[in-house]
Amino acid sequence: MKSKMQTSQTVLEVRNLQVKVGETSLIKGIDFEIKGGEIFALVGESGSGKSLTSLAIMRLLPEALQVSGGEIHLNGRALFPLPEFEMQRVRGRQVAMIFQEPMTSLNPVMKVGEQVAEVLRVHLNLDRKAARNRVVELFEEVGIPEATSRYDWYPHQLSGGQKQRVMIAMALACEPDLLIADEPTTALDVTIQAQVLELLKQLRAKRGLSILFITHDMGVVNEMADRIAVMQHGKIVEQAEKNAFFAHPQHPYTQKLLADAVPKGARKFEQPNAPLLQVADLKVHFPIKKGLFQRTVGYVKAVDGVTLSIPKGQTLALVGESGSGKSTIGQAILKLVDATAGQVALLQNGDESIDLTKLNERHMRPLRKKVQVIFQDPFSALNPRMTVCDIIREGMTSLKVGPQDRAEQEKRIESLLEQVGLAAEHKHRYPHEFSGGQRQRIGIARALAVEPELIICDEPTSALDVSVRAQVLALLEELQQTYQMSYLFITHDLSIIPGIAHQVAVMQQGKIVEQGRVDEVMQRPQHPYTQKLLNSAPKLVKQMLTA
Amino acid sequence: MSLTWLWTDIMIWGLVIALAIWGRVISQSPQVKKQWVQVFASKVAMVSAIVLVFYVLIALLDSLHFILDDASGTHSLLDLLLVHLAQNAERTYSAPFALVEYNRSMQVLESGEVVMQQLPLMHVNGEVSIALHSLWSWLASSAMTAVLVAGHLIWRAKHHRQPLFSYASQVWRGETVLPWKTAYFAVWLVLGVLVWFYWLSHHYHVLGTDKVGGDVLYESLKSIRTGVLIGVLTTLVMLPVALLLGISAGLFKGWVDDVIQYLYTTLNSIPGVLLIAAAVLMMQVLMSNHPEWFATTEERADVRLLFLVLILGMTSWTGLCRLLRAETLKISQVEYVTSARAFGVSRMRIIGRHILPNVMHIVLIAVVLDFSGLVLAEAVLSYVGVGVDPTMHSWGNMINQARLEMAREPMVWWSLLAAFLFMFVLVLAANLFSDRVQWVLNPKSHK
Repeated sequence: MKSKMQTSQTVLEVRNLQVKVGETSLIKGIDFEIKGGEIFALVGESGSGKSLTSLAIMRLLPEALQVSGGEIHLNGRALFPLPEFEMQRVRGRQVAMIFQEPMTSLNPVMKVGEQVAEVLRVHLNLDRKAARNRVVELFEEVGIPEATSRYDWYPHQLSGGQKQRVMIAMALACEPDLLIADEPTTALDVTIQAQVLELLKQLRAKRGLSILFITHDMGVVNEMADRIAVMQHGKIVEQAEKNAFFAHPQHPYTQKLLADAVPKGARKFEQPNAPLLQVADLKVHFPIKKGLFQRTVGYVKAVDGVTLSIPKGQTLALVGESGSGKSTIGQAILKLVDATAGQVALLQNGDESIDLTKLNERHMRPLRKKVQVIFQDPFSALNPRMTVCDIIREGMTSLKVGPQDRAEQEKRIESLLEQVGLAAEHKHRYPHEFSGGQRQRIGIARALAVEPELIICDEPTSALDVSVRAQVLALLEELQQTYQMSYLFITHDLSIIPGIAHQVAVMQQGKIVEQGRVDEVMQRPQHPYTQKLLNSAPKLVKQMLTA
Repeated sequence: MSLTWLWTDIMIWGLVIALAIWGRVISQSPQVKKQWVQVFASKVAMVSAIVLVFYVLIALLDSLHFILDDASGTHSLLDLLLVHLAQNAERTYSAPFALVEYNRSMQVLESGEVVMQQLPLMHVNGEVSIALHSLWSWLASSAMTAVLVAGHLIWRAKHHRQPLFSYASQVWRGETVLPWKTAYFAVWLVLGVLVWFYWLSHHYHVLGTDKVGGDVLYESLKSIRTGVLIGVLTTLVMLPVALLLGISAGLFKGWVDDVIQYLYTTLNSIPGVLLIAAAVLMMQVLMSNHPEWFATTEERADVRLLFLVLILGMTSWTGLCRLLRAETLKISQVEYVTSARAFGVSRMRIIGRHILPNVMHIVLIAVVLDFSGLVLAEAVLSYVGVGVDPTMHSWGNMINQARLEMAREPMVWWSLLAAFLFMFVLVLAANLFSDRVQWVLNPKSHK
């Protein structure tokens, strides 16, 4: 174990670091330093250069990029002049890294214990037995239960949080001075995120480890960091101690980031309107098939008896962790998966109600224009081979909504694009020419084109940067007010709920454990799971939710 | 003299007409037009396309068949152009531009003495200067190019409503969207080579002669049709099967997928050459039992070629089908397909608009690789004796013959080299061109 003596010493010093690709500067001269035992957060939106900075420290930049200036010192030693074989010793032994995606960072065909032991054998020349014992110790330290037997497990047998713990164990194996954590909790659910963050803090306290924490999430920064630097367009625009940073942000960009971290939006205290869609005791079970003749040996109960109602012109937020079945509910309403049992009743002018689960595709078609969907990933939601114009036109033609004449349609498409904040002349472009936020707007325009009454928003903002997220949420809100549409807003992100939703339903393992008005559920959660979820949220978000 | 249509003629002209109609239809859409302009904006693609056009033109010339009144059988337009080559057969091997035969043969002189000597060739005029006639042919090809270029310039200038001279100077400075200057040079070069071959072939055997004295240049030119036909028509037979089965398996899943998978697994587990050999031998027996079906040997050879195309098509779809199934499985889970289903778009339209365009790059790559593979497969099958009819000219037959020629001492190298060069240029041009098409059609590739 390293002693805690070196706490005030500078571990990493970055001076005037510049990175270029061709003639374009990606990092334009940044300076910072990290002291022993300090957690230094580098915050910024995608493309700001924060991950490049970490790769430059490890000297692992892609070949096309080059460091065009500046220097990096680790424990007083300059890294750039080192020959590659010495740099290899620095990696792993002095600086270690953990990544965002624990699923892809582990080799799926190798036992997790072996993967960690390999690092020990290579760097510390431990023999097989000593390495195994050390790995078990490390597993215990990072909080993997039954460490001795988990050594022989494969990655797919572990949960996401446990995989991230294995990654952390691997990073700690050679007792580095500096740990670079590149968005380590972004892919994890809030409850697990809270546990991993807690673990990192404990390790810092115990080992005197310095951590360079890269993230876009202000809530996490508030929880973790001692000092914070904000990056924008390859520059550090503000650097401060945590308390000063949150109390008095100086730079306008920082102020904006903090403001967008928890979207404001007016709180909604209205009583629920008459329902537009009622889901009663909905069950979606997927058969598990095995053997040569594909016999059904069991069922995955993705949705198991869900009852909820979506009010007209208002928003119901459906919150839950990954795998809780919330997206399946959306697909069952759209009849993209078949319901095993239960009803999905769409209420039409007056009280006439139609049970969607009973309809075949032909009878469903006229109703498809009433229920539409917006997806999470703006990159896969649009066909890369179709122009924006064709993408938006598809639903209008298929469902016979609006004018069927091509010229008239184009006029409507232009006005739709303008409505979602894009320019009319964008219509002949292809999706790859747009940014993530713009693509999400195209997805919204596509749904709007058929004049739906209900839009199922399946995590529409979780792939977006906070400032873009705020814009998209504002757009959805504005459209709701204009057209009196209802939203079923599926999300795992608690922070956006108060700004957008009237009602909220909390989902766990295929069942809804609690539902009600947003302020009631957030301030007086009844169910233990809801309480746990709220307690796991970063302080910044929690303050705002319960305020 | 009357026109006659062989089966493969009908197919290839049908294909040309279909392509022309398709060209007209897509020229209506400004975006598609823009994409194709982008394809030809690349100099490499432009040159490759011109080379391909010449190959296809020769294949088409060879696909217009006539029955002459002198009862000498069926002849194509190309045969009529090259009639001097077809008729001027020598006794046996001779090297390119040789004046005498390659081998010594026994000769009884008037004096009764027996000597070994190289006999002079019968249809070669050694007094003709190669250099002088090369110059003539070069002038001729330059004149032809000049006429073509002038015609093209006048047409383009009119199209752009510009004076001819200013448009021409724009072309010269490379300021037009398409690299016309490169195109003109490519036409000049290809025409130059062809005219030179043709001009000198009247006086010499430019690429030598084969075992039975046939002109190798004539054989190579006649082989173009066989190569292009096997490459294009087999792909045409294979594509619909692979597309239909691959995409259905990936999209409909369930029992459809099971049936298709069993089908191609079974087909794949039978050795391809064996299957083709069995089918072709059966066909041969059938054809020899019914000589009355075929009026001429050309017709017979043609039906055999058609059959070979069919059987090659039926055995070569499995690879592409498997790729398409996997890709379709992936794409059908992507959110834009889900969104289309939420819009109630029918399965057929989902295939047409969402899946097909997004697997097109796989199809294009597979087709070009198959094209070269099929031209080579033809050679392999001819080697086993189940390829095209032995009377038919094909690069496969030429290479097959060259196997023995290479073992001779001294070596006979020219027919292998000729077959190799003609095949190489065709396959290279096809690869370079499709590379560019693939690059343009994939929107992700140019940011």
